[in-house]
Amino acid sequence: MTPLAGYLLVAALLFAIGLAGALTRRNAILVLIGIELMLNAANLNLIAFWRYGPHPEALTGMMFAIFSIAVAAAEAAVGLGLVIQIHRHAHTTDLDAMNRMKG
Amino acid sequence: MTVAFYLISALTLAGGLAAIMLKNTVHCALALTVAFAGLALLFLGLDAQFAGFAQILVYIGAVAILVVFAILLTRGSETPKDGVYSKHWPTGLVIAAAVFAVLGWAVLQSMRVLPSQSQAPVVTVQQIGNELMSRYVLPLEIIAVLLTAAMIGAVIIAMHDKVENGSATNKEAAK
Repeated sequence: MTPLAGYLLVAALLFAIGLAGALTRRNAILVLIGIELMLNAANLNLIAFWRYGPHPEALTGMMFAIFSIAVAAAEAAVGLGLVIQIHRHAHTTDLDAMNRMKG
Repeated sequence: MTVAFYLISALTLAGGLAAIMLKNTVHCALALTVAFAGLALLFLGLDAQFAGFAQILVYIGAVAILVVFAILLTRGSETPKDGVYSKHWPTGLVIAAAVFAVLGWAVLQSMRVLPSQSQAPVVTVQQIGNELMSRYVLPLEIIAVLLTAAMIGAVIIAMHDKVENGSATNKEAAK
């Protein structure tokens, strides 16, 4: 197995773990954790392709990963703020209990 | 494919699995930190030092702390009485397994044509800074605006709306 294939398989497994977490957990914060894992798996793919692909001196994959880290940080801040506000409003973070759109 | 790669991958995947399977939410956040640290080590193993340290700073330093804050503010560490998994967890598990099957199949099928540049690239932080200030200056500015907007937005969303309660107590105090 080439090194790149190993990294890609690890990233695919991590993505699947994150997706399983986001789809099966009840707590909204755990769903956000699953989304963070998926974003990180994508970053691992970007960095692995940058390292083993042609022209690593162009820094494209690395820059993509750095910008993606920044966007993920913004997403986490807004998402957790929303979860806190929902908890204040509905007194729960259970996603199965949030089954209406009316406030 | 060194021993270090296998060890770090196992650590990362175990952290990720624990992060979505543990019952106590605070333990999940700690396992998530382990997964982030393992990913930072994988980045370092891929000769992406800057990305690895950015990962440590942003994810372990900020996102994990933010998650712990959110858990404590929502009292999420209490285990709910009807289980931690949602009603439709078998469907979610099947979807995740199918996605992994497709991704793994694609990787294994394309293994022959995957690039395998063996020479490690030499990247200095100065190079990264020069690129950020020349070729990637527009994305950098957009990210700056996005982070500012997200920060203000998160503060406004999570801010306690005490205006009505405050005026009510003021009126009661005036009486």
